[in-house]
Amino acid sequence: MTTTKMNWRAIDADPRFQALHRKKSRFLWGLMIFSMIYYFLLPIGTAYFQEIFKIKVWGPVNIGLLFALSEFVVAWLVAYIYSRKANTEFDAMAQDIVNDAHNLGA
Amino acid sequence: MRILNNMPQWLGLILLSIFSNAARAGEGAVSAEYKWITFAVFGSIIALTMAITYWAAKRTHTAVEFYAANRSISGLQNGWAIAGDYLSAASFLGIAGLISLYGYDGFMYSVGFLMAYITVLLVIAEPCRNIGKYTLGDILAFRNDPKKAKTIAAITTITVSIFYLTAQMVGGGILVKTLIGIDYEVSVIAVGLLMLAYVVFGGMVATTWVQIVKAVLLVAASVVLVVLVWAPYGFSLPGFLNGVVHYEGVQQQVAKLLGSAATNMTPEELGQRFLEPGLFLKSPIDQISLGLALVLGTAGLPHILMRFFTVPNAKEARKSVMWAMVIIGGFYLLTLFLGLGAAINVGPANIAALDKGGNMAAPILAQYLGGGAHSMLGNFFLAFVAAVAFATIVAVVAGLVLASASAMAHDIYVGVIRGDHATPDEQVKAARISTLIVGIIAIVIGIAAKGQNVAHLVGMAFAVAASSNLPAVLLTLHWKRCNTGGVVLGMLVGAITAIALVMVSPNMTYPKDVVKAANKVLQGEPAVEAKPAVAAQPGEGFVCELFAACKKSEPAKPATLARPATPGAVEKLATLSTQLASITDAAEIAKTRNEIDKLEKAIKKARDDLKQYEGKTSIVGLEKPFFLLKNPGLISIPLGFLMVVMGSLLYRDPHAAEMWDEIYVRQNTGIHAH
Repeated sequence: MTTTKMNWRAIDADPRFQALHRKKSRFLWGLMIFSMIYYFLLPIGTAYFQEIFKIKVWGPVNIGLLFALSEFVVAWLVAYIYSRKANTEFDAMAQDIVNDAHNLGA
Repeated sequence: MRILNNMPQWLGLILLSIFSNAARAGEGAVSAEYKWITFAVFGSIIALTMAITYWAAKRTHTAVEFYAANRSISGLQNGWAIAGDYLSAASFLGIAGLISLYGYDGFMYSVGFLMAYITVLLVIAEPCRNIGKYTLGDILAFRNDPKKAKTIAAITTITVSIFYLTAQMVGGGILVKTLIGIDYEVSVIAVGLLMLAYVVFGGMVATTWVQIVKAVLLVAASVVLVVLVWAPYGFSLPGFLNGVVHYEGVQQQVAKLLGSAATNMTPEELGQRFLEPGLFLKSPIDQISLGLALVLGTAGLPHILMRFFTVPNAKEARKSVMWAMVIIGGFYLLTLFLGLGAAINVGPANIAALDKGGNMAAPILAQYLGGGAHSMLGNFFLAFVAAVAFATIVAVVAGLVLASASAMAHDIYVGVIRGDHATPDEQVKAARISTLIVGIIAIVIGIAAKGQNVAHLVGMAFAVAASSNLPAVLLTLHWKRCNTGGVVLGMLVGAITAIALVMVSPNMTYPKDVVKAANKVLQGEPAVEAKPAVAAQPGEGFVCELFAACKKSEPAKPATLARPATPGAVEKLATLSTQLASITDAAEIAKTRNEIDKLEKAIKKARDDLKQYEGKTSIVGLEKPFFLLKNPGLISIPLGFLMVVMGSLLYRDPHAAEMWDEIYVRQNTGIHAH
């Protein structure tokens, strides 16, 4: 672990960090808002759209049940999409800044 | 330390002897001739966890080893451990039970518990790993006044953990008593001692591995049960659900739940209704409130947050949540089959007869699938599920105690009292002593809360975490202007509002209702005349849906048929007793005796309730709930956020503003992460 004093302001102002910050914020909050809306559609649907939820589509399997199961798929998809993006893009961008951190604002 | 390291073996021996005695004496769901199986299964699982603790104790000498397993846990291992921490007895037994009794609505809980991890993954896990050290307090102390932030974080950590822990202890005590007949007090003490052994000697290393072992056992047991339940239907989803729809016991359960509304429905419609929403959860606003508390509360649970400090870096923290989501999601998918499987194999009526909340659904299903109450395999299955449930409770309690002990030792003692100047030895000693204190408190509370209604405690834990911890952490990490004033005000107001609203909510026991129900049992009900349908009544506004201060809206009610008076238990008992004298058939006599037994128990319980509750009000002196939702999240979470914002704007804290660049760069890059 290094104890060298960092110039945090300089790193923060670096265009590479600003790019990471912009990309990451937009991506994360976008996914977060999408997931929250998708999740709350379930309680809202069971309360106010019961007639739709009761429609049978596959033997006794109704839309409500499929929708509940789709929440699992969406949760896993969101996790997969985020981790792919983080592993391939954000980590590399962050590593680039870390490698150069000591030189920034020195 | 050498004596300490040998202690797990001694403790193991003591606990084994408790179980062997109980296994001989008790009367639970396991029949007496097969008690030895229960003993053997419990014994092996306890022995395994003790071996882990013995091994872990040798690796636990420093603070970072005690609190964070030397940051040596891999993402996959931590994913299993998070699942172990999260899949409490409530979710394993409780949700399977709700699905077995109410169908679709029970499954909605499963969805919420998984979706909660999206918040953890996207905005909590990695930044916290990059910024924090051991506790929630460390994250908040980064840019806020360390002493103030650590004090308030320790208070909410201990509050959330004690609520959660008490619910586990009480629930676990009752469960173990029902399953294998160990006395409530013995069971609470056994859970407490075992958990203390793991944490005091093995710290986070032992706690982590016990969580992993328990999570693997839990998932394995569930997979076996689901395969056995689903195989007869050729693993077809519609085929299996057709079985549910056409099962008479399910149809009867729906008819019972719907009451007079079910009169004109065909058996198939009744069965199908089990797969549709609305049998258990009736208030949509309440559901949204609960949903909010779940998806935001999980990210604020201190024992879950703490798990991210056990991995080496942010990337592994991300991997942990990914694995946790796969395991937890997969498990919650299984609950659908466990619950419905219990409904069609055991029957909702039989499940409810064992435990009103349905908590026995999974264990009884296991017994049935193994060949029933009088087969060896059936009892082995039951013992196995019971032992896994027991291990679950112990492991979850261990995680909670470790979280509170670290708040007490690391935040309060080392951070606030010693001003971060404690020697390494002193730190570990403080951690172990704090664990002992919290553990003993947990055992005492567990025993004191015997017979109490604790259903509100888990909801309260999630609500406090969502209204107090989450806004403070989230805004400290992501909002430039956040500062000490906001964190202190937001956490206090969030926690107090959440607790206060639950205290006046429908979750508490209202003696007037208990007395009414007891009188109904004893004296029966008078005849009811037929009533015409009533249209829905609008309320006087949104506030009236939340508080009992003005007129709430009423849903439409279908017409009801006239009902004759029903006799009370006292009258029924008298009739049955006179009948008994004239019956000659042996089977009939046994059946009547059984009924009489049940009635006598019901009468005794109703009379005890009357004695205990007559003329009293709820703990806070109310006759009926003032706050109408079961979960306070809808009000307390926005309020918590608002107060962090307001407090931050009103308070001047140049240090917090100065540290913004550093906290923001570090949480995103991991520079200088410990």
